[in-house]
Formats: sequence, structure tokens, C-alpha cells
Amino acid sequence: MSMDTDLVTKKFKVIGTRVARPDGIDKVTGRARFGADASMPGQLVALVLRSPHPHAIIKKIDTSKAEKLLGVKAVITSADFPDYTNGDRGMLDILENCMARKKVYYDGHAVAAVAAIDAATARAALKLIVVDYKILPHVTEVDDALKHDSPLLHDHIFTEGAGPKSEKPSNYNKQAEYGHGDIEAGFKQADVIIERSYKTEQTHQGYIEPHSCLASVSPDGSAEMWVCTQGHFVYRNQCAALLGLDANKLRVTASEIGGGFGGKTHIWAEPLALALSRKANRPVKLTMSREEVFRCTGPTSAASIDVKIGATKDGTITAAFAELRYTSGCFPANWAEFGAMTAWACYDFKNVKSVSKDAVSNRPKTAAYRAPSAPIAAFAIENAIDEVAKAVGVDPLEMRIKNAAREGTKSSYGPVYGPIGIGPTLQAAKNHPHMKAPLAPNTGRGVACGFWFNFGGQTCVDLNVTPDGTVTVAVGTMDVGGSRASLALAVAEELGVSYNDVRVIVADTSSLGHNDMTDGSRGTFSSSMAAIFAARNAITVMRQKASKTWEIPLEDVIWEDGHARAKGASHGNLAPLSIKDIAGNAGATGGPIAGHSEIVADNAGVSFGTHIADCHVDPETGQTKITRYTVIQDAGKAMHPSYVEGQYQGGAVQGIGWALNEEYVYGKNGRLQNPAFLDYRIPVCSDLPFIDTQILEIPNPHHPYGVRGVGETPIVPPLAAVSIAVTNATGVRMTHIPMSPPRILKAIKTHRG
Amino acid sequence: MSHIEVHLWGALRPLVGGALSVSVEAKTIRELFRVLTKTYPGMEPHIKRGVAVAINGQIYRDQLDTKLPINAEIYLMPRVPGG
Amino acid sequence: MSSHVKTTINGDAVEFVCANDESLLDVLRNRMGLTGAKEGCGTGDCGACSVILDGRLVCSCLVLGAEMSGKKVETIEGMADGNKLHPLQQHFIDGAALQCGICTPGFLMAAQALLRKNPDPSEEEIRFGLAGNLCRCTGYDKIVRAVQAAAKEMRA
Repeated sequence: MSMDTDLVTKKFKVIGTRVARPDGIDKVTGRARFGADASMPGQLVALVLRSPHPHAIIKKIDTSKAEKLLGVKAVITSADFPDYTNGDRGMLDILENCMARKKVYYDGHAVAAVAAIDAATARAALKLIVVDYKILPHVTEVDDALKHDSPLLHDHIFTEGAGPKSEKPSNYNKQAEYGHGDIEAGFKQADVIIERSYKTEQTHQGYIEPHSCLASVSPDGSAEMWVCTQGHFVYRNQCAALLGLDANKLRVTASEIGGGFGGKTHIWAEPLALALSRKANRPVKLTMSREEVFRCTGPTSAASIDVKIGATKDGTITAAFAELRYTSGCFPANWAEFGAMTAWACYDFKNVKSVSKDAVSNRPKTAAYRAPSAPIAAFAIENAIDEVAKAVGVDPLEMRIKNAAREGTKSSYGPVYGPIGIGPTLQAAKNHPHMKAPLAPNTGRGVACGFWFNFGGQTCVDLNVTPDGTVTVAVGTMDVGGSRASLALAVAEELGVSYNDVRVIVADTSSLGHNDMTDGSRGTFSSSMAAIFAARNAITVMRQKASKTWEIPLEDVIWEDGHARAKGASHGNLAPLSIKDIAGNAGATGGPIAGHSEIVADNAGVSFGTHIADCHVDPETGQTKITRYTVIQDAGKAMHPSYVEGQYQGGAVQGIGWALNEEYVYGKNGRLQNPAFLDYRIPVCSDLPFIDTQILEIPNPHHPYGVRGVGETPIVPPLAAVSIAVTNATGVRMTHIPMSPPRILKAIKTHRG
Repeated sequence: MSHIEVHLWGALRPLVGGALSVSVEAKTIRELFRVLTKTYPGMEPHIKRGVAVAINGQIYRDQLDTKLPINAEIYLMPRVPGG
Repeated sequence: MSSHVKTTINGDAVEFVCANDESLLDVLRNRMGLTGAKEGCGTGDCGACSVILDGRLVCSCLVLGAEMSGKKVETIEGMADGNKLHPLQQHFIDGAALQCGICTPGFLMAAQALLRKNPDPSEEEIRFGLAGNLCRCTGYDKIVRAVQAAAKEMRA
């Protein structure tokens, strides 16, 4: 596929306009159906019994009394999940996370589930299940989990990447290293060296819609499921594999999704609902409570980071080092490694090194949360840069500009960069009116950068031209934030028709080939690319039909402004044929008009953002208020500017919540203390000002319209920008996220005392 | 015979005796994975888990047919998930 | 123990039987088929279940179905006038004030209740009037602007 257009000067007809989205009316009238909004006749209600202990051996589960309760139709435990994983440790971890097998690893880990005729009966049934636990010591903090004597979770994990293979199993599962140059030499060259440690607490994606699914399994092994998910194909594949079903017999329909941000890219409740339905031979609806969402799904990591950075008086950073320690919850993963990869990515350093340490602990298995691992790393790194800049007397923004990565820079994670946008976003920040606005008393300003990879992935699109000439487009990538509108714009642009003549739907798993999840900022990028190619295929089909109708060679037919036109003087008398004309005559020219595209999209393009935050800190209460916030980020090409702005604003506010209030509080008993929105405090409307956005458009040469992924990068800078602002407001370096009022007051007091 | 230099990330280096890069003959990403697995069997679990390939700074996760130009900078990286 | 309740929902006289500990939210969703109100938390913290009860904005998860006798309930399903959208609904669409849309019914109910009491609210009054509704996608920016635009149109 060649990107043959000069994207910078390309003039679009509909791309870039702010059209109404096709699902808008349904969502403002309550008609749209989300995960919990579907029902089937005869459906049962499912509830899950969960461990109250953070770490224990399951000695015995007795479900007999529950099974006998009138109205209970099925009870399941791990005994109902034979191991079909065939040695695939990753899949076995997923299965074990959905339903505990021999041990429970966190407060809330599922041990059994019931399906009954109503919720009251299901609740009563749960109370009748008797579980005999042997309680084990637990560990929740990452630095404790890394100690050699911490309570061991698994006996099959041996530390990888930290010297020769260890004989003893450990909670410390992986070490990795990135960087280049000679940091010791670099530190020797520095005029100033700053060393500091940082900590971030665990947070949750916080989507307002709890997980919900409705599963119906037939005795012949066919099944259907309605579920809110970021990836119905992935859910289908994994659920089928874990239950021993054929994937083609499990038809998964994605409902509208009430937020995901990475937290609905994993299965928790879905295999349980399917297993219950199979056992009861009735549809089963399983909706998680808010408490279950916090306790038992996939929050992000908690982390601990040490940074050492050296600079010369002219503002050159001569050496940069970070050690990042993250916990992935109770099953192993590589989140710290990804943090190490992104940590210094915005900069051009001769000597740079990041070391990552991943550890398991008695917390829920972490899942991706919007640019996973990057916001945490950026918090530490950007603060270090801010601090060393001040130490050498250079303006922090100027220091970033001076050390920014550019085309030809060897990135800190290895490859050399092609053309990238960090320079432009920093310059745009420097020139933004926000930087010149005066600051009120007790208010500080923070500037920070962020980086994210963005992805493509497998994508399928089916496009059909209906007999009346309007167009339907079936995509497999879930719409999380309005992408159906952007995809319709892309198709309308290609075909040369009006936006309202194109309708996009999200198809179920039986209607399209595999589609990867909507994550990695790939939704609009890859679906639009597939939609564009599908449209171009349809155009070829329509040109063929026109050539048949006119009885002229195909090469003499061009497509322009939604019409087939005969080019060449000899065809001057042939009036152009519209899509409507061609579609109405399709039967006579070979049949229905379709264009489809199955692609693997790569090169969504790395993206950079720079944020500017003004924070007022009340010196008596430690309460922080954001008084002004600006997001500057490169989008390549904003297909629908309102939805790009929406991603910038939404991601920034999630980061603001993470910076100021949100954290998982674990008690000494290893139980989550605050699994509710009252005490897990996400930002509300009155906490915030308007969030200003500036969309830069530096085209991505690997997309027909220059589109880059945009959804994740906005959450990367805010932890840093807000903490630097608070640091500037109080005069004390903030090193622990979230900066809740008690932490800020303590930091101020310690500094004064 | 056209060899390309492939840079390895930290976890793979012990599998090639600590070298930062290896020289192999491969025209596409698919062929590269096949050759690496054959020459260094210890790489197989990593490749199975997921490896991304950066060609001159552009990251490829899925398109195994992608050609590897002779003088391009080729980097193997872990496959990072999104959210 | 259950109750037989006669009440008015969106101007229609309705009748239902519900358990005495059943919330209005569960009655609306499971018995009336009105799934516009959403359960985001079940504890009155997120506002996704907001309805207007006898003119007052409430979380329907904190109100019992059995208490509805003789009351007037307004839900999102009654906001439009036939096929004519309410200005708030139209401005939410035009202003891209929704991304995933799960919180949207609750916000529309809250905004309607606010504008009935205060047709010309300041930005701060709007923000505090909507502080009982959580949104995780938008950062609230476009929601506030949509309410401002709708309020302006409704005052004209």
C-alpha cells in the first residue's frame, strides 16, 4: 500500500469536519444498549463468591448446600474448568485469575459462582458455600515483594534477566535494561547531579460502567454472548479456548461500552457466565458490582522509582539513569520493562540507562491502563529533569527543548528515530499564551512531556453499497469514543459522497474476520485505514460496473466526486454515473457492490505531548486546585477534531485524578479499604477548569490521511505536570503520587521542620 | 550474500553470548524470526511471547511480510501492549 | 415482602409489584424496561442512575421502588418531546459532550434539574450543579459547554 499523497497540503472535503455521530441520538435518549441493558427469556442472575483473604490455600470448597437451595440452577468452582491451556502459561494465568484453583492470591479473587432465578436467591446461595482456607502471609508493596524473604506467591517463577538463573523461586520475576553510552563517564562530566526516589500508588481505569455480560450456551456447544468489551474477538477466542468451545460456535456481540481505557481488554466474569450457562442450560447474566470492579478486575501497577541525572551548566544532560520497580499484581507481567522503555524516550542523551524490576504481589492482576506504565515513568523522569534544570539555573522548558529527541536521535529504548513531533510540541508550548499568563499567589506552573508508541494490528472492514446507493460499513473495532463518526468521514471522503450517506456499525464475531482490540490508540488509525482500502476496493467494483454499462475499457473509467466518469474525448457524450445509478443497476452488472479489507496495520506512529498545568495549593489544607490546563499533542491528522480534543481532555483529567487523589489503599490485613467512588476519588466537574487543547498535525506517512494514534498519550504527562506545578507552588519537591492533601501538608511540614 | 545487522534488547543478549547485535541473512521479518529461532533456539520463547521489530525507527508488530532493507537499522524490542 | 405500587413515569400511569428492598433503579431497569438509568456504583456516588422525582434530582439507586406510590418520576426516556430532542440533548450531540455515553442520561437529568431551578447559571454554578455526576471519558469540558449552549438557547 503506497501513501502517494502529499499529506501536508492535501485538501479534504469532509475529513476534519465536526459531524454528529451516528450513535448520538441513542445515547442522549437512553436507547443505546450497554452491557447490562440486554436480557434474554429465562435468564438467570449470576453472583461470584470471592476470597476475603489476600493470600491463602483453598483446602476445601463445599457447595452442596448452595446447590440444593430452591431457585439455584448451577454452581461452579475451578473443578468446572478443566485445563485446556496445553502448557500455555499465559492462558493458565488468565484462567486461574478468573477462578482460583489451588490458592487465592488477592482480596476478591473468585472462588465459586452461582446462577439463580433472582439476585436474592443468588446472594443466599453464596452464603451457603463453605470454603476452608489456610491463610498465608501476604505482601502488597512492590519493594517488599522484591525482598528475597517476601511471602512467595508462585513456585514456578524464577527471576529472569538478573544474572544467572536462580535456583529458588521468587516474587521478583523479571529484570531488564535499556540504554546506551557510558553513564558513569557521563556523571563525571556533570556539574550537578540530582538523585531522588519516587513512588506512585495503584489506580484503576475507573470506567463508569461495571463489567457485564449475558451468556447463553446450548447443549450442542454453540453459544452466544453479549458483553461490554474493548475486544469482542479476543474475548471470543479466549473464552472459547478456556471452555473448550470451538471459536466459530461462540458468537460474541459487543454492546456499547461504558468506558474501558485498557481495563476491558481482559476477561474476568465472561468464562464464569458461560460455564454457568452451560451447566444450567439457561442464559446467565453476570454484572459486577462497583466494589467488585475495584477489588477484582485489573488496575494499573503501583511503583517505586529511583532517578539519577547529571547536567552541565549550559543545560546539557550528560547522564540519565532510572531504576523502575513495578508490581503486576498476583500474576507476572512486564510493566516495569515497558516503563523502562518509555522513560527517557522524549530525549536525546549520549549516556542513558534504565533498569526495570517486575514483581508479583497480593494484589489483583494488573491490566493495561491507557499508555500502560508510561505515566508512572514520566512522573519520575520529568520531575528529575525539572529539578536538575533548576539546579543548573536553566529554564526547565528550555532544557527540554535543548535535549529533545529529533530525527536521527538514538532513542533510549534502542532504535533511531525517523521524523518525530516532540520538538514541535515543545515549541508550541513555549509559544502558547498559557506560558505567559500571570500566576496568582500560592500557584505554581508545571510543564511536562510524554511519549507513547501507538499500535496498528489486525483489522477487517466490510463495506456494502445498498441498492439505493447508500453505504453500510461493518467494522470489528469497538467504538470507545466516537470512532464510528470518523470512519464514516473516511469512507465519505474516499467515495466522494455525503457523510450522511454512510452508516458504520460494529459487527459481531460471526460476521467479520478477526479484529484486534481497541487499545494502543489504534481504533481510528487502523479501522480508518481498513475502511479507506475497503472504499477503494468498492470504487474499483463500481468502475467495473460502469465500464460494463458503457461497454468501454476499465482504464477509461475514473472515479471523481462520487461518480464514475468516462475519460477521453471519444466518450464525451457519456453522462457520469452516480453511486445511486450504479447501485440501482447492480444486478445487471454482476451483482451486489461490496468492498472489503483485511489488513494488519502497523506504524500508527509514536506520539508526543506537552502539557502545561497551573495548580493552586492551599497552604493550610494542602488542597490543590487546577486553575488552568493546556494539552498540546500531535495527531497527524484530526479526522474529527472534536473527538481528538475529547481524547486530549479525557486523558489529561484521568492523569489529574491520578496525580491528586486516586489510590488503592490496602490495610495491614491486605484487604482493599476503598473499593467505592466515595473514597476512590476521581475528578468531578467542580474540580476542574476548561481544558485547553492544541492539535498539531504532523502527518504520519504510514496512513492515507496522515492519522496517528491519539488516545493514550494524553495521560502520560499529567502526573508530572501537576506534581511540578505543586512543587513550584509549595517550594517542596513532591515525590509521592497521589499528592493528596495530607501528603502535601506532610511534605511542606517536613521541609520546614 | 546479504547480511543484516540486528540489534537485540537486553533480555536476548545472554542468548547470543552477550553480544549487542547479531548478523543474519533475512529478507523479511518472518524470515528473520525463522533464522533467529533456528540459530539461537533460546530465542523461541521470546519470539512466541511477542517481539516488535523497529526498522529505521518505525515499529512493526504484526506485518511479518515487511521487507528488511540492507542498510536499515533493525532493532528487536518487546511487544508493548496498549490500553 | 412486596408492594403493589401505582405511580407516574414520564407522564404515563404505571403499576408494578416490587420487593420492599428493591431500588427504584432496579424497578425501572428490570420491571419497566427503562434501561436509560444506569447502575454505575449502587451507592449514590456516581449519578449515572439520576432521575427526577417530584421535581427533585435523586439517585434512583438510593430510593425504594415501594416509595413511589402517587409520585411523579421523570427519566431520560421522557426527556425528548416525541421525536423532537430537548435542547440539552441536541447540544450534547452537537458539542461532542459524550464519548462512551454511559454517564450521559444521568448528566442530562442533572442538567435539566439545574436549568429548571437556575436558567442562567454561571460556569461555576454549572460545575457544582453537575458535581454529583461522574464522567471518566470527557474531562467535563465539553459537557459544561453543551449545558451553557443549551441554557442560552432555552433562554432565548
